[in-house]
Amino acid sequence: MEKVNDITTLWRKQFPILTQQVNGKPLVYFDNAATSQKPLRVIQSLSDYYTRYNSNVHRGVHTLSQMATDAFEEARELTASFIHAGEKEEVIFTKGTTDSINLVAQSFGEKFLQAGKEIWISAMEHHANIVPWQMICEKKGAKLKVIPMNREGVLLTEELYQNLSENIALIAVTHVSNSLGTINPVKEIIARAHTFGIPVLVDGAQAVPHMSVNVQELDCDFYCFSAHKMYGPTGIGVLYGKRKWLEAMPPYQGGGDMIETVTFEKTDYNVIPFKFEAGTPHIEGAIGLAEAIRFIQETGIENIEKREQELLHYAMEKLSEIEGITYIGTAPEKAAVISFLIEGAHPYDVGFILDKQGIAVRTGHHCTQPVMQFFDIPGTVRASFAFYNTEEEIGRLAEGIQKAKNMLL
Amino acid sequence: MKIEEIEDEIREEFALFDDWEDRYNYIIDMGKDLPLIDPALKTDDRLIKGCQSRVWLRAEHQDGKIMYTADSDAIITKGIISMLIRVLSGQKPEEIVQSQVTFIDDIGLKEHLSPTRSNGLVSMIQHMKHYASQYASLKS
Repeated sequence: MEKVNDITTLWRKQFPILTQQVNGKPLVYFDNAATSQKPLRVIQSLSDYYTRYNSNVHRGVHTLSQMATDAFEEARELTASFIHAGEKEEVIFTKGTTDSINLVAQSFGEKFLQAGKEIWISAMEHHANIVPWQMICEKKGAKLKVIPMNREGVLLTEELYQNLSENIALIAVTHVSNSLGTINPVKEIIARAHTFGIPVLVDGAQAVPHMSVNVQELDCDFYCFSAHKMYGPTGIGVLYGKRKWLEAMPPYQGGGDMIETVTFEKTDYNVIPFKFEAGTPHIEGAIGLAEAIRFIQETGIENIEKREQELLHYAMEKLSEIEGITYIGTAPEKAAVISFLIEGAHPYDVGFILDKQGIAVRTGHHCTQPVMQFFDIPGTVRASFAFYNTEEEIGRLAEGIQKAKNMLL
Repeated sequence: MKIEEIEDEIREEFALFDDWEDRYNYIIDMGKDLPLIDPALKTDDRLIKGCQSRVWLRAEHQDGKIMYTADSDAIITKGIISMLIRVLSGQKPEEIVQSQVTFIDDIGLKEHLSPTRSNGLVSMIQHMKHYASQYASLKS
């Protein structure tokens, strides 16, 4: 058995949930791509908010409201600097990645999408980056086009580049695939799209927790991600948008906070980011997100990335000793996600037997049914790693798979 | 045998196992033994869509009794199906409708019926009962 190195021990200590037993075995949590676990300091930041300064933001003159507003706006500023946004007004708090994409699809689509125009997505998108575009395309009579991929799970971007034209209203593509792990060349896609003036939205839900993201360097027009996949709480996410687009786009929802003046005849809308944040926001969510960012910054995103790549390579080595595994998604540039099938066994059965051994993986289509249709499979078993995982846990996964094979085949 | 008697029989069989592995090996074996449905009958109208594993159910009536055949692409699901068929197939429709199939719970398989498992078993039981109640109302 491999020894867990000291730094990993220190990292793990910060995540109280990891010490528990599941089905009588120490928990092995390999479902990080669905949601990551939370360090104690993030959990405490939520209870601290409710214990000390719970109050509505942007409204009251009283001290508690000021404290809450300060913490909320500080979270925005920290988020902006974390993704290297030019200004904090370009950071809009949403419910999560799905909400961010829906906001752009509805609001941008309302104004800039006309009949006959095209929206391009890719063959490996999460349903959250397919369905909102289908909905707005149907409403507007626009066409949804798909960048294809090959059997390794690599996008065939030439197909897009050859079809670039002013007729494309927007390109929406994932930075990292949740079901295949592929890291896409978004910077190149953005640069090529911009030569035709086409804006690009990047779904960064699976990228932000694992690598340094610089939205100005990418030059993306929109970037979406969720707090809960990056050690923060659920129910809060981010839409980064370039000021020129956010200012040109109409509001998404109406309500409090998003207005400047309201009469029964007419309403003047607030400036960005408030124009897109109707109603009382997820205040403690933003505070928890800020704490998660501080946690990532202190741990070092480059340390996280390096450690996760180590785990990915170790796992591939370890699993390659087991016969009869098919890997789905074998791109050369990959995040720490392994999607696989045991030949002759249904992923549901495999996932179930792993769970009985205390190993949490995800099974099914991972909200990417078109990817499963492309590979003609019912689903996969997906193990996704976070920097707090260990070689020992990967050993347990390998043993668990062996046992599943013995039982099922 | 009556539904309750078969359920008791299954409870007794499972009482012999003291760990999850033995229990599931038994379920998997039952899944492997379940007669396959003719692929031609695995049509979409017989498909009960679960999120992860797919289940096909076919019901017929014979001499006032309901006969079920079923299949799934996941073997654990299939093993549980085989027990449901053992209990409910060949019974009178009124008795099928009234049965609570509590044995699943009693032998420690409740988790397979939870909505998060999404394996189509809950809807399969609903479909089995629905077919029986339709037949019962047709008769009366």
